[in-house]
Amino acid sequence: MIAVEVIVTRESRDYGLDEISEDVFRHLVELAAFHLEDDEAAYLRRELNGQLKAIRELDAIEVGADVPITSHGVPFAAAMRLPLRQDRIEPSTAADDILEQAPDVEERSIIVPDIPHEEIT
Amino acid sequence: MTISLCDLPAHQLVRKLRDGECTAAEILQSTLDRIQAVEGSPPTTHAAGKESHDAGDIHAYITLTTERARLQAKRIDQALAQGEDPGPLAGIPLAVKDIFCVEGTPSTAGSKILANFVAPYSATPVQRLEAAGAVTLGKVNLDEFTFGSSNESSAFQPSPGNPWDSARVPGGSSGGSAAAVAAGEAVISLGTDTAGSIRQPAAFCGVVGLKPTYGRVSRYGLIAFASSLDCPGPVTRDVRDAATMMNVIAGKDAHDATAVRSPVPNHLEGLEDGVKGLRIGISPDYFRLKYPDPESGDLQEQPIAADIDERVRGAAEILAKMGAEIVEDVTLPNTRYGIPVYFVVSRVEAASNLHRYDGVKYGYRYPEPVADLRELYRRSRGKGFGPQPKLRILMGMYVSAEQYEKGYYQKALRVRTLIRGDFDRIFDPQDDYALDGLLTATTPTTAFPLGAVYGDSVLMQYADLLTVPANLAGVPGLSIPAGFDTQGLPIGIQFLGADFSEAKLLRIGRAYEMATADESWRKLRPDMLQNV
Repeated sequence: MIAVEVIVTRESRDYGLDEISEDVFRHLVELAAFHLEDDEAAYLRRELNGQLKAIRELDAIEVGADVPITSHGVPFAAAMRLPLRQDRIEPSTAADDILEQAPDVEERSIIVPDIPHEEIT
Repeated sequence: MTISLCDLPAHQLVRKLRDGECTAAEILQSTLDRIQAVEGSPPTTHAAGKESHDAGDIHAYITLTTERARLQAKRIDQALAQGEDPGPLAGIPLAVKDIFCVEGTPSTAGSKILANFVAPYSATPVQRLEAAGAVTLGKVNLDEFTFGSSNESSAFQPSPGNPWDSARVPGGSSGGSAAAVAAGEAVISLGTDTAGSIRQPAAFCGVVGLKPTYGRVSRYGLIAFASSLDCPGPVTRDVRDAATMMNVIAGKDAHDATAVRSPVPNHLEGLEDGVKGLRIGISPDYFRLKYPDPESGDLQEQPIAADIDERVRGAAEILAKMGAEIVEDVTLPNTRYGIPVYFVVSRVEAASNLHRYDGVKYGYRYPEPVADLRELYRRSRGKGFGPQPKLRILMGMYVSAEQYEKGYYQKALRVRTLIRGDFDRIFDPQDDYALDGLLTATTPTTAFPLGAVYGDSVLMQYADLLTVPANLAGVPGLSIPAGFDTQGLPIGIQFLGADFSEAKLLRIGRAYEMATADESWRKLRPDMLQNV
């Protein structure tokens, strides 16, 4: 059992793959802005390496640069698309509702802790 | 077992309503009574999981919107009394997967990070369903941000049980949708399908699920997972109801530039015209596939479960007797790459979509004092996201990083082209196959026990083995019930078709329904409903 906040019921496997090393993992975690406990980090890294093993199935297929990329499946011809809307300012009545969602608000401004910075002398 | 109003399909209920045999308020009350009988304790972010006292309960709803539903039902009854047309889904209890914004309701995505988020507007498909008379009963559970195939990854626990065996998963990610419709806790549900998230739970729970063509239904108001793959679609009791829902939700939308403006056909027209002359393929590439052995975890070529294989081939025979031409040995050689491609493409898109959750503008914020904004981000995202979003974000960042992007992301997008090419070829009217539809199993196995797979993110992903190619290609897919396995668990069969061929797939599905209407398995009901 892995002691992460949301239950994980099946023990994760050791995939015998360490492509995402501890250093690479730490870098990814920093970029993703996650605070992780040690056991959760170990679980996530093991699973990522397991997933990479599955992704390696793609090694079995040669795909040349002549095969174009598909960013979405259905060809998106101009005739199928709506013309883009005019870039127009429209009044919204939802501003207060949206501000109400913010965890910390003062005089219609969202409050955050100090922003990391260096003093310029 | 007594059949209640909430057990009937929507088209029968609408007819009864229009004929004055019942009121919308009575349909709603029947559904609320069923919820009271089978739902059990509501899922919360504080519960650890399924306790023994939860056994036998469904736990489909994260939020019930009973008062909203009562008001809507009252308006339907008033409209009918005044001789007005209240719409094609008048008075039909609707469960909305909690990945859609519904104005004024908590819209959580099954995640702690959005647990307190109240949507300021409604998603386009929800607006359209309500305008067509549907009565919104509430928001149903799902895998966190739709990331899963069992519904167990939701931050809201207990996660739903399968009405046919509550110790088993309902599938996912639209697990709450399928479980609610199967248990009479809703008559229809709006789900989403990114790798099979409508079709797989529909198959596991013995209901109908349709993934429309990408772009057929607007994604406005859908909390995004993978923007090139996500498709809203219906979960219903039968094919006719899925056709009605498609008539309501499909079509262009000024709020979603990817919602196509191609005309929407009437999906009910010709629904019962049968399959005479239609060419329906079956492919060995959907019967024997490479997927992980549940014990060792090693990827190896294996057949799909024997009971399921039998049902698919049986369906082909039934359709052949009705006049369809069955085309065997259709080759789709790139099917096996569906999951590896999806592992890359969906993660990159998910990572991009999930960077917006920062604990600042809305959603969960880490409540303890922090040193600076950077720590606020790290703590809020660390506590707010469960392991599945974290895995997707980290993998998405890794495979799209500059030094790996060519080998992983670009390669996956090129293989995606090959998968799309497989479908283009078999549905091309000028090709030898010239198929109207491809018949496959929806899932390689029937519903697995709770806890049997969750935690193994590779094994879980392979539950979508037979459904994910349609998402990568963008083509539509329909899953319908086709009987039960030897353990009494529902089996689903799937029909895939060319872009925008939903009406044809529904016609094929309806033909199968009509041909099997008198079979004994059609009379079976979940044990848990015997005493309600």
